[in-house]
Amino acid sequence: MLRALKILKIFYLQFPLSVKLAALFVFLFLLFALFGQLITNYGFRETSLFDRLKPPGSSDYFLGTDSRGRDLLARLVVGSQITVIVAVVGTLIGAILGSLLGILAAATRGKTETVIVAAIDVQASLPIIVVALFLLAMFDNSFVLFLLLVGLNGWEIYARLMRGATLSAKEQGYVLAVRALGASPFRIYLIHILPNIFSIALVQFTINLPITILLETALSFLGLGVQPPLTSLGQIMSEGRDRLLTAWWLTLFPGAIIFFLALSISIIGDWLRDFLDPSIGKNL
Amino acid sequence: MLIAVSLVFIFIRFSGDPAAALAPPDASQEVIDQYTEMLGLDKPLWLQYTNYLKGLIQGEFGYSLHTGRAVEDIFLERLPFTLNLGITAFFISLFCGVPLGFYAALNRGSNLDRVVMGFSVFAFAMPNFLFGLLMILIAALWFNAYLGGEAANVLFPAMTLGLASMGSFARFSRSSLLEVINAPYMYAAEARGILFHRRMLFHALPNAAIPLVTLIGLSLGGLIAGSVVTEQVFAWPGVGQLLVRSVATRDLAMVQFIVLSVSFTMVTANLLVDLLYLFIDPRIRVD
Repeated sequence: MLRALKILKIFYLQFPLSVKLAALFVFLFLLFALFGQLITNYGFRETSLFDRLKPPGSSDYFLGTDSRGRDLLARLVVGSQITVIVAVVGTLIGAILGSLLGILAAATRGKTETVIVAAIDVQASLPIIVVALFLLAMFDNSFVLFLLLVGLNGWEIYARLMRGATLSAKEQGYVLAVRALGASPFRIYLIHILPNIFSIALVQFTINLPITILLETALSFLGLGVQPPLTSLGQIMSEGRDRLLTAWWLTLFPGAIIFFLALSISIIGDWLRDFLDPSIGKNL
Repeated sequence: MLIAVSLVFIFIRFSGDPAAALAPPDASQEVIDQYTEMLGLDKPLWLQYTNYLKGLIQGEFGYSLHTGRAVEDIFLERLPFTLNLGITAFFISLFCGVPLGFYAALNRGSNLDRVVMGFSVFAFAMPNFLFGLLMILIAALWFNAYLGGEAANVLFPAMTLGLASMGSFARFSRSSLLEVINAPYMYAAEARGILFHRRMLFHALPNAAIPLVTLIGLSLGGLIAGSVVTEQVFAWPGVGQLLVRSVATRDLAMVQFIVLSVSFTMVTANLLVDLLYLFIDPRIRVD
């Protein structure tokens, strides 16, 4: 136990200040999303027409209220939860889908690989928000569809990275050894190769996470993402947009949370990439 | 391109019956049948597909479900606004981002370098709708003007749109120049006694600029994606706003046309970038 703490301390001393601050913000944000409900007396859908557009700091409403008298603090807590869920689940979907397709392409070669590589090229040439808007126009908007859409974000990057890594791992000695021992392809790729190239996907995950957050909030801001009665940080912003000059707190608080969250995660992601792969150097 | 076109067709066909979507909700079966016949949906699927391709080649893209006008007419009306915004944003980001990056690379490790790197992280994490709203707030409070919807006031929306690519231009040009500066031929030039400015201008910059061509091609996608949100924030009457509105009202023909033109633009741009590479980098021609 003491030993573990010591190792943790050594690691902690190595962190640059920016990473420490970023990790602190992410930690505080998660605390806020998980337990924020405890510091307010109101539910996020509870309206009170007598208390509309109260500025921050008014009695009872610490961060003010919106145009229907709903407590902004309670809405921010729920919005943060939804944003985190969509971002993490969406990024996971993209990571798993993309990685599996990439490994599949490298494992099979031949026609399957051609199809997957063509799909990667098509996806890479289209901005994800345009694809998402297209699919939203085609199908009825629902929370599950929205999750899947957000999950499409960046799958082609995982697929490309994992395909390259698998192709080079395939030629290494340990793979030849397990193959000679008669392991099935499933065993070779998922049990032996995947753990060895996992760090690539992990780094890409932290790089993709802020992009997913920005995509979700942008779509919700356009009114095409998370639908009421649920709420997300982007949706709270779009509701406050028309009252920018009279009720600035409705846009600035959720906006600041989105900005600092995306900033913190991308700082951590950049640091993780340099830390795990020193060969890139400090130039980038 | 053909793959993209076919995917659009498949998605439209499997997303439900367009005739039912077009007809009023309480329409009788006869009316729906009439729409079905009018849209050619009673024919076999392969015939629908070839008809669809034929229509695209002949320049018949369909009619907007809401205004009843040809989709390409509405699109062309909106296009100049988007081009105006996008091109301004592109030049702002290019002419601010690249010099910033080069300057940071030349003063590596200085405070200015840190500021530029900080700026590029900031630009990446800043959601453009938030930045746009801040811009509006600043304009309204300090300049007492509401900047939205007026063609003359392209500056603030363009800065909003260009922010993200400005950050990536700065970051990328910095690392690309740093790579070049440490190349052996730069030391050779120094050893020959060539002056610093001449070395930078004629030896380093042309080589550092080559990878930037790729980034310019990539930034087009970012600009298109960003313009969807930015136009909505600034009430800019461009294609992005049209796309969002058409999605919200489920105007399928309009959405389809915009998505096809975006993918056409992207494919063409990627092709141009590849050709440009052949032109400016002789090493590729040898391979």
